[in-house]
Amino acid sequence: MAEVKLLGAWGSPFSRRVEMALKLKGVEYEYIEEDLADKSPLLLKCNPIHKKVPVLLHNGKTIAESLVILEYIDETWKTNPIFPEDPYDKAMARFWAKFLDDTCMPAIWKIMWSKENQREKAIEEAIQHLKTLENELKDKKFFGGETIGLVDIVANFIGFWLGAVQEASGMELVNKENFPVLCRWIDEYVNCSVVKQNLPPRDELIAFLQPRFSASSWKY
Amino acid sequence: MGAVKLIGSYTSLFCTRVEWALKLKGVQYEYLEEDVFNKSPLLLQHNPVHKKVPVLVHDDKPIAESLVILQYIDETWNDNTLLPQDSYERAMAHFWAKFTEEKCLMETFTAAWKDGEEKEKAIESAQESFAFLEKLIQGKKFFSGEDKIGYLDLAMGWIPLCLEIMEEVGGMKLVDAEKFPSLLEWARNFTEIPLIKERLPPRDALANYFHKIVSYKRSNK
Repeated sequence: MAEVKLLGAWGSPFSRRVEMALKLKGVEYEYIEEDLADKSPLLLKCNPIHKKVPVLLHNGKTIAESLVILEYIDETWKTNPIFPEDPYDKAMARFWAKFLDDTCMPAIWKIMWSKENQREKAIEEAIQHLKTLENELKDKKFFGGETIGLVDIVANFIGFWLGAVQEASGMELVNKENFPVLCRWIDEYVNCSVVKQNLPPRDELIAFLQPRFSASSWKY
Repeated sequence: MGAVKLIGSYTSLFCTRVEWALKLKGVQYEYLEEDVFNKSPLLLQHNPVHKKVPVLVHDDKPIAESLVILQYIDETWNDNTLLPQDSYERAMAHFWAKFTEEKCLMETFTAAWKDGEEKEKAIESAQESFAFLEKLIQGKKFFSGEDKIGYLDLAMGWIPLCLEIMEEVGGMKLVDAEKFPSLLEWARNFTEIPLIKERLPPRDALANYFHKIVSYKRSNK
C-alpha cells in the first residue's frame, strides 16, 4: 500500500476519529498537524472546497469529510472492520453517525453560542437528542456491540469532548443521574485502548476551550 | 427478498430520489403517501427520531434518511449498480452528495426565505457552491462519469426537480445559462431519462409545497 498521510488538528474530534480508525486497522500514516488559525497551502490545495481538516491522502488522492473518510478506510483496509457486514445494520450505523453529526452535535454547540434567553430551549433540545442516543445504546457495551464500531468512533465528541466542554464552561449537560446508560458507555469508551491512544490531553483541551467561554457572554 | 414499502410524500425531493432508485433497480414496492403537515402514526412509529419522509420499510425493518436509503438499495439489490466500483470514486460520490445537500440545497433554501442583505449573501454563497458543481460536471454527460446515471446523479436530482421553483418562490436567479451551461445541460439530459421523467411531480404541486415551507420559515425565524 502506498503512502498514507493525514492532515489533522490535535483538538478536533473529526480529525481524531480518522486517527482512531487508522490505528484500529494498523495502518501506517504520516500525521501533519494543521494550524486552523493559519491554514497551510497544502490544506487549501487538498481541500479547496471546505478548507477543513481532516483530509486523508492516499495514493496521491485526497478525501475530505470524516464520515466519507471512515467509509473509505473501512473499504480499503479490511482488518478490524468498523462497519457491520449486514446491509441493514450498515444502514443503521450510517443513520446514527449522521444523527450524531447533523443533529446531536449542532444542538450541543447551539447551547454554547446561544443568547441567555434562548439557552433553556437549546439545552432542552440537546437533552432530547442525547436521550434518543441513550435509547439506542440500551444495554449494549458499545454502539457497535461488544467492540467499538463506526457509531462509537463518530460519537467521540460525546465520549470525550463533551466532558471537557462541560468543565471548561461550568455547565453540566450529562451526568450519572440523568444519563446513567450514556455515562456507562463513556466510561467504557475512554478506557478502551484504541480510544485512549487517540484523545487529546484533557487539560490541554480544557485550557484551549476555556477562553472561548469567558470571551463570549457565557455565564452558567 | 421481503416486501418493500416506501412511506413518502409526492412533493418531497428526498422521496423522489428514493423512488427513482427503486425504479432503476426494478424493485416492486408499495407506496404510502404521507401528509407531512399531519403525520400518521405509521410514520411516527417507523421514524421516531426525525418523524420525516422518506422511510423505506424492507421486511418490516425501517430505514430513514434518503442518502442512507439509496446506499442500502444499492447494496441490497445488485442489478444496475448506482455507486462506482472503485472505493475512491465511491468516496467522491459520497463527498459530492453531501456537498450538494448541505451546501447547494440548504443555501438555495436559505436564499429563498431570507430578505435584504442576508438574501444577497445567501445567493452569493449558493452560487459559489454551484460553481463547484459546474466544474465537476464539465466534460461528462452524467455525474456518475458513465453513460448512465448513478447515485450522485440521483443525489443531484433535486436540481432539475426543484431549483427553478425555489428560484421563483424566492424571487431570485441562482443558476443561469451563461455561467452554468454544463450543469443545465446535465439537468436536461437527466430529466429526459424515461424512468426519471415518469416520476416528476406536477409543477404546481411542487410550487405550492415550496410556498408553504418558505412562508412557514419566514414566520418562524
